Amino acid sequence: MERSEAELIAAVLQGDAASFEPLVQRYSPRVFATARRYARRESEVEDIAQEVWLKAFEKLKSFRGEAPFEHWLMRLTVRTCYDFLRGHQRNRESSFTDLSESESDWLQAFVTAPESASETADAAKMLVGRVLEKLSPEARLVITLLEIEDRSVKEIAELTGWSVPLVKVRAFRARGEMRKIISKMAKDKYL
Amino acid sequence: MNEIELQKKLIGAARASAPDDRVPYAFEKRIMALIPAITPTDSAALWVRGLWQAAVSCAAIALLCGAWSFFNPATNTSEDLSQNFESTLLASVDQGDQAQ
Repeated sequence: MERSEAELIAAVLQGDAASFEPLVQRYSPRVFATARRYARRESEVEDIAQEVWLKAFEKLKSFRGEAPFEHWLMRLTVRTCYDFLRGHQRNRESSFTDLSESESDWLQAFVTAPESASETADAAKMLVGRVLEKLSPEARLVITLLEIEDRSVKEIAELTGWSVPLVKVRAFRARGEMRKIISKMAKDKYL
Repeated sequence: MNEIELQKKLIGAARASAPDDRVPYAFEKRIMALIPAITPTDSAALWVRGLWQAAVSCAAIALLCGAWSFFNPATNTSEDLSQNFESTLLASVDQGDQAQ
């Protein structure tokens, strides 16, 4: 019979480290999906996931069981991803002059007829990836959680450990930052 | 170019592509292999071990100093160190007395 989450956590806390394995198996897909929002290379994604699980094991004592384990783990994952973004701020200064042919075509299609540019096109996905990479870590985290994952300000505050007013301020700044980057992309492409 | 509309389109594109939740083969085994290395230790035990090490180091230094002073007894100097120290400390007071 499959042991419950609470039983597994209690066993780990009593020194049975092997009981941690089913937790890793059960929740790793969520951890990997979250990490892939912030890291592009697969090796980086694996590093983030590994760090999340090692931190989870170390800090399991601090899990009080008031909220589901998954929420606690997601907080840990989001904070680890934020640390990763702060440590890997590459490509932020590069320009948009090196757009691929498909990206340029998609942008051109948007300029001529915005409704014809499909949101599901691979070029659009690559382009948004480029824009997100140029955002500051705070802005990227807020845009991802608020606009892409459609979470509430309160949820974001819980996940990040920031206060609700701070999330609102950072969301406002992040939208402005993203608009500036898009404006720069338009200039690089058409001027 | 309508940049606000473009921003909405790009956000829409990001929403449309849900990230892959695939987990590498035997990932949980890798984590379990790393766990013994980080098994949390009792913080009191860490303190006790540290204090014991400090005590042993102090005892060794005390023994070395004792051995050194035993095998190299101080030679008789004409003036005692304590006397020198006292006269240095009180030099300004002595000078004041002489001036009066």
